[in-house]
Amino acid sequence: MSAAKQEILERIRQASDAAADRAAEYAAIPRGYRREGSMSPEARLELFAARLHDYGASVYRCSATQIAGAVAQALTTRGRTVMVIPHGVPASWLPEGFEFAEDHGLSYAALDESNGVLTGCEAAVAFTGTIILRHGPGQARRAVTLVPDYHLCVVRAEQVVETLPEAIRRMEEFRRAPLTTISGPSATSDIEMTRVKGVHGPRTLDVVLVS
Amino acid sequence: MNVKVGQAAEAPSFAKASRELLGNTQLRHNVRHATDMIRARRASVVAETPDWQQLRDSARAIKDHVLRHLEAYLEQFEAACTAAGGKVHWARDADEANRTVIDIIRSHGETEVIKVKTMTSDETRLNPALEAAGITPVETDLADLIIQLGADKPSHIVVPALHRNRAEIRRLFMEKMQLQDLGERAEDLAAAARRYLRERFLRVRVGFSGANFAIAESGSLCVVESEGNGRMCVTLPKVLISLVGIEKIVPTFGDLEVFLQLLARSATGERMNPYNSIWTGVTPGDGPEEFHVVLLDNGRTSVLADAESRSTLACIRCGACLNICPVYRQTGGHAYGSVYAGPIGAILTPQLQAMRHSRSLPYASTLCGACYEVCPVKIDIPEILLHLRNKVVRSRGAPLAEWLGMKAAARAFSGGGRLETAQKLVRIAQKPFVKDGVIERLPGMLAGWTRFRDLPEVPAESFRQWWAGRQRKDTQ
Repeated sequence: MSAAKQEILERIRQASDAAADRAAEYAAIPRGYRREGSMSPEARLELFAARLHDYGASVYRCSATQIAGAVAQALTTRGRTVMVIPHGVPASWLPEGFEFAEDHGLSYAALDESNGVLTGCEAAVAFTGTIILRHGPGQARRAVTLVPDYHLCVVRAEQVVETLPEAIRRMEEFRRAPLTTISGPSATSDIEMTRVKGVHGPRTLDVVLVS
Repeated sequence: MNVKVGQAAEAPSFAKASRELLGNTQLRHNVRHATDMIRARRASVVAETPDWQQLRDSARAIKDHVLRHLEAYLEQFEAACTAAGGKVHWARDADEANRTVIDIIRSHGETEVIKVKTMTSDETRLNPALEAAGITPVETDLADLIIQLGADKPSHIVVPALHRNRAEIRRLFMEKMQLQDLGERAEDLAAAARRYLRERFLRVRVGFSGANFAIAESGSLCVVESEGNGRMCVTLPKVLISLVGIEKIVPTFGDLEVFLQLLARSATGERMNPYNSIWTGVTPGDGPEEFHVVLLDNGRTSVLADAESRSTLACIRCGACLNICPVYRQTGGHAYGSVYAGPIGAILTPQLQAMRHSRSLPYASTLCGACYEVCPVKIDIPEILLHLRNKVVRSRGAPLAEWLGMKAAARAFSGGGRLETAQKLVRIAQKPFVKDGVIERLPGMLAGWTRFRDLPEVPAESFRQWWAGRQRKDTQ
């Protein structure tokens, strides 16, 4: 054990009172906050879409068979033609007439020059308009959803929960994976507290919401 | 151990520093404008959260629990982080932390590091230490970049450049980024920062971060941010170093469901900040190949040692107490002489230094209690301020006149008859000083009270006398 560690832990021991059983004490922590949502599925999706709009993201709602069409609509609106996709994006999401380049270790420079990236996600939170990636299949390694200037994300209705605690429970099994939560495009309020959309992360975020 | 909190030990007293800053009307205008904006946004997103109080209660209970079991949780964190491929270092004080960071960067032969906003590294004065070692730190948070380019000091823990307005920032960027032309809108300034930093994000091989939360059970860190510069710094470089105060521990991943709901709403008035990054050790094929955590004490264990003010360590650095504080709103952050300004700085800074420096800070408050009301982890800052004032007085001893005065006051207030006599004496003694019902200036050691405020005259009749008179009338 390093001398520094030894000394710090010794100081903590001297400072702490004799403590009760840690696990029992942790289990007894009061948790009176909302841990389950109460909205109907449709109201939940509406709320999620409204929150995304608040953040300045566009939302394209479609059925499971119309995903490619919605993707085409989003890309056309944003004027994007060549998109990066991670391994694991279903072919049925990809419309004709656009180019999709699968990421096999693209360099940062290549990502920087790309038109954007299309991914899925792991979960989403309606109350805060949050998308959660665990960077598994179809969700890309972290750099791929970060360096390109445009992120188009496909969210399925069953991935959307109402509250953050519900989403955290869903993510529990992936807690050791790299996780990114995304609530709107990158932004800053550092200048006179005026919210400016688009700083270093993707400046534009769109969502295809599938139900 | 040599605890350093920025340059707080050399800073002038709060009263002295604030007197000068109060004369800067531009700064006061900037601070008031910014804090008004955040307060309004915070109030609206807190109001729409029906379980706000329950979230606060849980957050505080979790933090208290961690502080009671800090040793076990730190050991658990180290074991889990190490198992996931991270390397954990321990630093007793600021210098030891800085040395550790410098050694890691040097071992890779690198001379540049990209940094995401870390107040803890301002606390340890990492940047000057890096520069002295021939390493260039690049601040990537927009506000921190403004501070770095302007050789300025942070004045707020969430929005460090809040004392700067758009025109000032525009001038600074044009000069330091050597731009011929730059628009005036906040959008233009943010775009300039994007262009300036982009190349550095993609090229620099060492990243540096702090952490908002360190999860003991999984050994993970969580960084909360808005611009994406945090994601860049923790994802793109080959080597990542994170400096983390030992109080940042939460027991489990699940506990984030409490803190992530409280932090963004309290800090920036957003329902959720744009990005949270959570990572565990090293992930092959995704992100840095080497990951170091430096666990920092730097006085935190001496805060822990005082049971009455220990809850200071529950702070999640949201800045809500700064935005609401009537004193901070007048003086801005620089008056506090510390990287930690406002009410939380007033209790944290002197405690980290074992009450040896920054002893004027516990007096930088009106004790109005607004900071406690807005604190997402329910730190009773006014109580702790009083406790620390008590410590200051006990350690230096009160001046004789103050001691005698307090003794006399205690005696006067301890009996109804004695109080009445004292009131009678005051009514006579005040006569030469009363003008139109107020006292504008008192003599001798009482002058301090009236230097900044008027005192109403002691009325001709006390409440007790009025009450007694009223009863007599009733019985007649």
